Amino acid sequence: MFQILRKQEMAKGTIIRFEINAPKIAKKVQAGQFVIVRINDTGERIPLTVADKDEFSGTITLIFQVVGKTTALMRSLKQGDLIKDIAGPLGQPAHVSNIGTVVMVGGGTGVAILHHVAKAFKEAGNYVIGILGARDRDMLILEEEMTAICDELVITTDDGSYGDRGFVTDSLKKYLGERSDIKMVYAIGPIVMMKFVSKLTEKYKVPTMVSLNPVMIDGTGMCGGCRVTVDNKVKFCCVDGPDFDGHKVDYEELEKRNSLYLKDEKASLLFSIR
Amino acid sequence: MALLDQDVKYLKFKTYLPCYCPHCKKTFNVEKRDVKYLNFTGVYEGADVDVKISPYLNVFEQESSIPLKEGDLFEDLKCPSCNKSLVNPDIVCGDCGSPVGEVILSAYSRLIPFFSCLKVGCEWHGLTRADERHIKIKIPRQEMPEQDQKLRIQTYQEVPYGYTTELASLEAGRCLQCKNPKCVEGCPVNVDIPGFIKCIREDDFDGAAKVVKEKNVLPAICGRVCPQENQCEEKCILGIKTKPVAIGNLERFVADWERKMDLVKIPIIKTKLNKRIAVVGSGPSGLTVAADMLQYGYSVTMYEAFHEAGGVLVYGIPEFRLPKSIVNFEINYLRELGLRFEMNHVIGKILTIDELLEHFDAVFIGVGAGLPKFMNIPGEALGNVFSANEYLTRMNLMKAYLFPEYDTPKPRGTKVAVIGGGNVAMDCARTAIRTGASDVTIVYRRSRQELPARHEEVRHAEEEGIKFRLLTNPVQYLGTDGNMVKGIECIKMKLGEPDASGRRSPVPIEGSNIVLPVDLVVVAIGNGSNPIIFQTTPNLNRNKWGNIEVNQQTNETSIPYVYAGGDIVTGSATVIEAMGAGRIAANAMHKKLSAKTKKTTNSN
Ligand SMILES: Cc1cc2nc3c(=O)[nH]c(=O)nc-3n(C[C@H](O)[C@H](O)[C@H](O)COP(=O)(O)OP(=O)(O)OC[C@H]3O[C@@H](n4cnc5c(N)ncnc54)[C@H](O)[C@@H]3O)c2cc1C
Ligand SMILES: Cc1cc2nc3c(=O)[nH]c(=O)nc-3n(C[C@H](O)[C@H](O)[C@H](O)COP(=O)(O)OP(=O)(O)OC[C@H]3O[C@@H](n4cnc5c(N)ncnc54)[C@H](O)[C@@H]3O)c2cc1C
Ligand code: SF4
Ligand code: FES
Repeated sequence: MFQILRKQEMAKGTIIRFEINAPKIAKKVQAGQFVIVRINDTGERIPLTVADKDEFSGTITLIFQVVGKTTALMRSLKQGDLIKDIAGPLGQPAHVSNIGTVVMVGGGTGVAILHHVAKAFKEAGNYVIGILGARDRDMLILEEEMTAICDELVITTDDGSYGDRGFVTDSLKKYLGERSDIKMVYAIGPIVMMKFVSKLTEKYKVPTMVSLNPVMIDGTGMCGGCRVTVDNKVKFCCVDGPDFDGHKVDYEELEKRNSLYLKDEKASLLFSIR
Repeated sequence: MALLDQDVKYLKFKTYLPCYCPHCKKTFNVEKRDVKYLNFTGVYEGADVDVKISPYLNVFEQESSIPLKEGDLFEDLKCPSCNKSLVNPDIVCGDCGSPVGEVILSAYSRLIPFFSCLKVGCEWHGLTRADERHIKIKIPRQEMPEQDQKLRIQTYQEVPYGYTTELASLEAGRCLQCKNPKCVEGCPVNVDIPGFIKCIREDDFDGAAKVVKEKNVLPAICGRVCPQENQCEEKCILGIKTKPVAIGNLERFVADWERKMDLVKIPIIKTKLNKRIAVVGSGPSGLTVAADMLQYGYSVTMYEAFHEAGGVLVYGIPEFRLPKSIVNFEINYLRELGLRFEMNHVIGKILTIDELLEHFDAVFIGVGAGLPKFMNIPGEALGNVFSANEYLTRMNLMKAYLFPEYDTPKPRGTKVAVIGGGNVAMDCARTAIRTGASDVTIVYRRSRQELPARHEEVRHAEEEGIKFRLLTNPVQYLGTDGNMVKGIECIKMKLGEPDASGRRSPVPIEGSNIVLPVDLVVVAIGNGSNPIIFQTTPNLNRNKWGNIEVNQQTNETSIPYVYAGGDIVTGSATVIEAMGAGRIAANAMHKKLSAKTKKTTNSN
């Protein structure tokens, strides 16, 4: 059992942040790795990236968007409540090294995952440029934390209610046009965002990493449900990823695979409301 | 001698002859007996008589036999072999308390026309061995009663009900008690098969369970899932002339009996060794190592990646074949024996093997073969194309069959195809039919003879209406606009010349392509080895198939004090082989650790 030490609501309560007591995981987890969470005996296993950790206090931070039954149930948990199972760390850590200038692009809840990776890149001695995108001002998360990490930070909102109006790709394009020293782009967010970021950087020949989020069950390579096609080869996201070369990912396939259970998940949610 | 199959089937077996009180002249406990022959010397109404009774069949009838009537009293009856009295003096009349002549006869006496005495040390030679064999061959193999074929596909409850005590006794009676039992050789862990069957014949079911458990710690599970027809039962002498003894069914019976009668006792472990063992993976190989090492007195910690222990037994094999309550019972037993579980621990990630070695004296790796194979043909990424592992994990471990009470969605299809011909494929197909699919087909590239699944599984699958497309292999999956699978293009195969291994490999017949309409596909073509442990344990040697390399005698890996066994060493195999590998490792581990202790104590 894992205790929730702190709970914080963000983005009008649609995004929740948990600080959880998990000393063994905190000791091992690296940026980019995730855990599998199952909240109770009838629960589903869902993957969530570790957004931060504190080895000394033995805690990990999970930040999740409420999208379906499990995340809705998780929102109803309070500080001090217990989570049944957390398995991890899982997946490969982000490939972090000192390469010079990197651009970190985050969209929506992706910013939560990006934050941990950005921090690692900063700690490795890189010049970090952050581009965060959100639907509107209220949906923007972790601005403060990202400001502290990034050497430059740009914020875009779809409706222009805060920062630049437009998409992250608009800002990224500007940077790619202006600076030739960008060694790498890291993009984490909705699949469409990662797709368009990768299309853009391909033109500029800038290496790009994306973090994929297929549906997962075990997270240990056992089921193959998380398979993605990268460079025309089948990869299991949970053991080979979740980070992959953005220029080689088959996004269309991933989008389609991720929408497979839509109907059932609605049924599950309805059942829980009843 | 005519002992018809149908006669034997309807025999009712009672251990006792009528009880009659000589004092108050009452008869009690008399039921309609199906006793066949009695051929003894006895004292009947004061006089010595040669008792040859045959109320039923006619072999000995010609001889001057005295028919036994209801209420007849035997003052004494002697076993023709050992001459001991068979009358039990402890039985008294319920009304007046006088001793009455109840006769004790042995279990296997009941099914064939002779009796033998139960007294220790008696062996009755009323018939020659050849006669006995001749008679036994005529007794048909007793099948377990099963759920109705039509109704069972609407539930996830176990299909066979198991033997009743009567059926078990009858089946046990078929065993010839060979002096040189071949069946034992066929069993990967050498269970004393004639030994436990003998106990069943003597109604000592508890004793039978003990004999089995000397070699097999999970008999209730093995009795259900072992491929007996390729192991013990394949070797049974009876199999030459007729069907072999149903060893698996009997094994299951005694284990179930012990559990249901609450006879399982947690042994007290006398020696406590100050040594610690880590077991990685809670499948059958790991459970065996844990059980053995606990018995030796080690303290054992088991690390499991999932939230539930049991390995394939919980996430793979479905409820209707292996009820999870049985697996949980065995796991609780080990817990009470002192096993510590650490769930949600993916070794290689949260702790590496090297880190385990810092805290433990030895480590056993039994992580199974967990990396599903795909065929790498077009369309495998389509929706509703699952690996068997995913399909079964969703359904079993995550209990999607109870969706939406449980949160994991249930994969659904009306026309389902399962690729492969092993137990895993049968399990997927039989699960699919239970989710309400109207049409489930097994697509297998070889012929019926080569189907690697247990015979019982194939039979059950057929009874449940599952179709078989043999000598057929998928070449691609076809999808709808919404990217869901809608068909499989297959090619017909024929069996080619036998290859070096003697197996005839299938070759495609050009131009024979067909399309099967389907809306759900499960790919059950096996597993490769999971990379997680290797990624952080570079000095762990692998063989050419990518599995862990071990010393065959000890199951020790290239890292001293690290042992391995089960599917991660052999590739996908069987429950009992995984258990056998666990036992070898446990023995070797104990030997090596004991030797080490001696050395250190000597040098001190
Ligand atoms: C490696 C990895 C890391 C992740 N990290 C985070 C994170 O840090 N924060 C976060 O908010 N989310 C993260 N996700 C996504 C998260 O796992 C899903 O949002 C979650 O499983 C939804 O569960 P649910 O029961 O609430 O919703 P469901 O009822 O299961 O689904 C609701 C909706 O979400 C979609 N969905 C289901 N599973 C996923 C999935 N795995 N990815 C994307 N969409 C999905 C469904 O199609 C549906 O539209 C991560 C996913 C992966 C694979
Ligand atoms: C659907 C199906 C049906 C089958 N039917 C039969 C049958 O009828 N008869 C028969 O004899 N055999 C059958 N088998 C095969 C049999 O189940 C296996 O051979 C046997 O279970 C192998 O045992 P094992 O101990 O090697 O590991 P497994 O049972 O595979 O268990 C391994 C365990 O290790 C855990 N693990 C994996 N990686 C890690 C890690 N890094 N850290 C910690 N834990 C980890 C896994 O989660 C799992 O719980 C079947 C298999 C399947 C899949
Ligand atoms: S070979 Fe068959 S008949 Fe002989 S002892 Fe074994 S089980 Fe009994
Ligand atoms: S989640 Fe099962 S293989 Fe990746």
